[in-house]
Amino acid sequence: MTEQPVLSVRDLKVWYGTARGAVRAVDGVSFDLRRGETLGLVGESGCGKSTLGRGVLGLLPDAAKTAGSVLFEGRDLTTLSRRELRALRGPQLGLIFQEPMTRLNPLMRISDHFLETLRTHEPDLSKTQMRRRAIETLGAMGIPPTRFTNYPHEFSGGMRQRIMIALALVLNPKFVVADEPTTALDVLVEAQILSILSDIKRNFDTAILLITHNLGIIAESCERVAVMYAGRIAEAGDARAVFARPAHPYTRELLASTISLSTTRLHYIPGAPPDLVNPPPGCRFHPRCPDAMQVCPMRHPPTVTTELNQQVDCWLHGPEELIPPGGTQPLEREAIRVADEA
Amino acid sequence: MSPTKPDLAAPATEADRHELLRVDDLHVHFALRGGLLQRFTGRSSGAVKAVDGVSFALRRGEVLGVVGESGSGKTTLGRAILRTIPITGGRVRFEGVDITDLRESQLRPLRQRMQMVFQDPNASLNPAMDLLTAVGHPLRIHGITDDEDQIRRRVAQAFETVGLAPVDQFLHKYPSDLSGGQKQRAVIARAIILNPRLLVADEPVSMLDMSVRAKILQLMLELKQEMNLTYVYVTHDLATAKFFCDTIAIMYLGRIVEYGPAEEIYADPKHPYTQSLLRAVPEPDPAKSVPRDLPRGEVPDAARPPLGCSFHPRCPKAFEICGWESRDLRDLLERHWLAHPDDGLDQSRRVVGDVSALDQPALTATVPTGGGHSSGEVAELLDRIKADDPDEPLWSGVRDVRRSSGGVDVEFRDDCVDPPLYRVDQQDVACLLYRDNPVTR
Amino acid sequence: MTSEFMAPGGGVTETPLAVRRGRFTGLRRAIAPVAQARGLPKWVLYIGSVLVLMFVVFAIFAPWISPYSFDQYQDSHGHRFPQSAPPSPQHWFGTNIMSTDVFSHIVYGSRTALEVVVIAVVISMVIGVPLGLFSGYYGGPFDRFVVLVMDAMFAFPSLLLAILIAFLLRGKFDFFGASFSGIMSAAISITVIYIPQYFRVIRNSVISVREEPYVEAARVLGAKPRTVIARYVFGNVVQNVPVIATLNAADALLTLAGLGFLGYGVQPTEAAEWGYDLQRALGEASGGIWWTSVFPGLAIVLLVTGLTLVGESLNDMLNPVLRRRQLLPVKITNTEIELATEAPTEQRGPRD
Repeated sequence: MTEQPVLSVRDLKVWYGTARGAVRAVDGVSFDLRRGETLGLVGESGCGKSTLGRGVLGLLPDAAKTAGSVLFEGRDLTTLSRRELRALRGPQLGLIFQEPMTRLNPLMRISDHFLETLRTHEPDLSKTQMRRRAIETLGAMGIPPTRFTNYPHEFSGGMRQRIMIALALVLNPKFVVADEPTTALDVLVEAQILSILSDIKRNFDTAILLITHNLGIIAESCERVAVMYAGRIAEAGDARAVFARPAHPYTRELLASTISLSTTRLHYIPGAPPDLVNPPPGCRFHPRCPDAMQVCPMRHPPTVTTELNQQVDCWLHGPEELIPPGGTQPLEREAIRVADEA
Repeated sequence: MSPTKPDLAAPATEADRHELLRVDDLHVHFALRGGLLQRFTGRSSGAVKAVDGVSFALRRGEVLGVVGESGSGKTTLGRAILRTIPITGGRVRFEGVDITDLRESQLRPLRQRMQMVFQDPNASLNPAMDLLTAVGHPLRIHGITDDEDQIRRRVAQAFETVGLAPVDQFLHKYPSDLSGGQKQRAVIARAIILNPRLLVADEPVSMLDMSVRAKILQLMLELKQEMNLTYVYVTHDLATAKFFCDTIAIMYLGRIVEYGPAEEIYADPKHPYTQSLLRAVPEPDPAKSVPRDLPRGEVPDAARPPLGCSFHPRCPKAFEICGWESRDLRDLLERHWLAHPDDGLDQSRRVVGDVSALDQPALTATVPTGGGHSSGEVAELLDRIKADDPDEPLWSGVRDVRRSSGGVDVEFRDDCVDPPLYRVDQQDVACLLYRDNPVTR
Repeated sequence: MTSEFMAPGGGVTETPLAVRRGRFTGLRRAIAPVAQARGLPKWVLYIGSVLVLMFVVFAIFAPWISPYSFDQYQDSHGHRFPQSAPPSPQHWFGTNIMSTDVFSHIVYGSRTALEVVVIAVVISMVIGVPLGLFSGYYGGPFDRFVVLVMDAMFAFPSLLLAILIAFLLRGKFDFFGASFSGIMSAAISITVIYIPQYFRVIRNSVISVREEPYVEAARVLGAKPRTVIARYVFGNVVQNVPVIATLNAADALLTLAGLGFLGYGVQPTEAAEWGYDLQRALGEASGGIWWTSVFPGLAIVLLVTGLTLVGESLNDMLNPVLRRRQLLPVKITNTEIELATEAPTEQRGPRD
């Protein structure tokens, strides 16, 4: 597995300026994505996961400042001009949004949506070829060819999301960001879409960055997972390994607070994610961490690779030589009030 | 700290045991205005039966979970119970009083005892009111007190109860200053300040972060104990309902399809729909995840529900009398073309004419012939499809296939049944698999 | 009013404990974006406000600012002013055909203009806003009827409607005293034109607010419709009013001038009015007598421009659709998180 990654993000920062100061929505994030791989990006709301998704595709508002590099097939996306990025978006990079209803033009037939996209990016195809490509892609998403010339309003919400996915994939992009693609959908439809997403890997060889707040979804459809907290990745690794043996206390707490059918008692993380204008010093999770030590507020932990090949930013995993003497003593903190929550 | 479910299922005292809420054969229909085209053609578009004959009773201190997908009518049911939308038929009794026909002015005093928590905490507080005014407003509305100090005291008390502490920090905040979880706490504070008996909670945690959901659920459980509240918990999320509810009503297209004690429903779901729903809940623990066997399709249009059992088009266990009809044939044809895009697609498409002709609820379907083809070719295609998957339950509902001038007529059985609720063990199940069981009520 | 718009502070995120509660907190919060606005809209607001303020000062202090009264055609010694005299040290803007001082007409004219405009705006607001609230909230046949009436009024040529009303109202307000009667009837004729505007805007926003969960919540709480409208709906539609009011004021001023020009407005014996002055000046303009027309015309243009600028900038600031999220330039500093040996003290990002 020494294959060149499709996408390689290094020390990416995305800051927004506000009247109160800079919001460090993404603050030094690095990860790789290989061909056909799905990386799940999970975290509470306000942890910067959507900003990261958009930042990678260069879809941020003008006022956002970006630093670091996003290497896609050897080109640094952060240095490209708007025009160059636009040319890449579609044939190379794709985005699947949360709300499918608002992204389809209600006055255009589904066929026109596809023909327009194909005409823009692959003008050499004949009309029959375009039609065939579109129908095949839709078919892979479970939309029958008889519905090709229908209007968006003639489809249900789940069908529209499938159409949106097909529209993002019809140009065969190498990399797709799916930002909470199932949040607005029902459980059964969500499950259907997730199984489609896992088919995509097989049929399209597309690398997917799946952004969600639902750990269950990650477990169902991602090989790897990155857990984000306060603008940084707290832990990343093989999804099964991370869920079976979470290395970061945040991952562990997040897993425990997820309510699933096997939940037998309610558990939650006290406190709220920090204000990203003034994040806590050192490890950003330390004010809420049940395992916090003296060293945690002093220094940010370096990324350590565990024996299960998980990358984790937590002093519990060392390196011990960097921890000052007495640093492993438990940290004394003020009690967190119930109402301090997200 | 966190209470577990058994602790909360403490038996109610004898005196409390009578019922708080009874709903009998409730119907809520919405008239359809129809699209532009329909208005031109003058076709009447009828009514959507959002709630179509729902009955249940709820005892004091009980939690009823109303679970369903969007379009199941669960939210409408919650609102109809509180009479915020017009009821088309049936009866709602609250504390023994029939409130179905009460005028709004007669209903107003009752509203002290029945309250609601809404799905979107960001929209259920007036953005132009600070929390003290908003949460204290019910006291003024019901003329309980107009005294500033007293209102302040009561609001502070409610804030303490819901965990908005320190109280002084929140009294003069506006909703836009709060996080989602805090807003939902304020909404709950407003709902409980009048000491209600019944709380209808419409997806109270579905818009909150995973890590906040548990906190709000915990709060609602504590309130239930402290105030002896009775909940109607409307949700699409079976996982939180399992945790929260004593009784579960699974809704599909305006009807209850399975009703029974929560433990039974989760341990041994009887209706195929309930079984699919349970299998679809994402499970974060890879060791516990179950293989998916998802029903196809989505919730059909409530304005034109399927014949027979409404779930039959998606049901993995459907059989001959479940209500096979014209639209199911269209789905079958489309599924065939999906599975055989290269082989069948272009050819078959030409063989068969416009399949939207099948898009009517009818027991006789005419598969139209495409231009330049004969009905014989259509019949051959149907035979091919049948040979492809002879176990497809639709065929068991077909009585006759014959060629006609315009194509091939497929005649379905006319003895399909719209299933009533059958008594199965401790559950009421609307499924024909149990048609030998006694019908409830 | 204008000074309140410009009041600094009043941030949304920090609500001081001592904040005064009451019915107007909603309005105050609605106006908070004005204090936070930056850039072009803020400058447009400043320029507009200065123009408007100038005329407000003229109107309030007219007797002190203006050298003569508007109907004075002779000085204290009984010497008659020259007729149509060009600007001079005695008569800065010259005199007109009736031998009255043009500058005094401008100053007193702003008093007339503002009186009429304020009365017209207040009355149309007082009628249009509640009508919009009730019509939008209750809907049904009443709503349909009111909408029909309002649309009919809207469709009617506004100046024609104003003339018609002015004609009908002539002499009806004599009990106010002669000079105020003309102003009142001019104001009411203008009011009729603007009621539909308030009605429409308020009704449409009520219809969208009516569907908000917090309005449903208020009904579930058992609030009477009146309470729901006053406490839950009004506060969330009122932010439209300042914008329409200022834009309407500009328009009303033009209508007033139009009425005066056509001779249906305030009578020359009652008060000075720019439209009427323009009309009288028209005949002389060809004879090279420019001052009698240019100055009243300029006054109209400046006040209308001022009001429009205020209205447009308020619209930019208060209209959530036009309001862009305020983002400031930011510079990424090297935070050195990895190797910080001590807890970093408060770090502030933006240094622009």
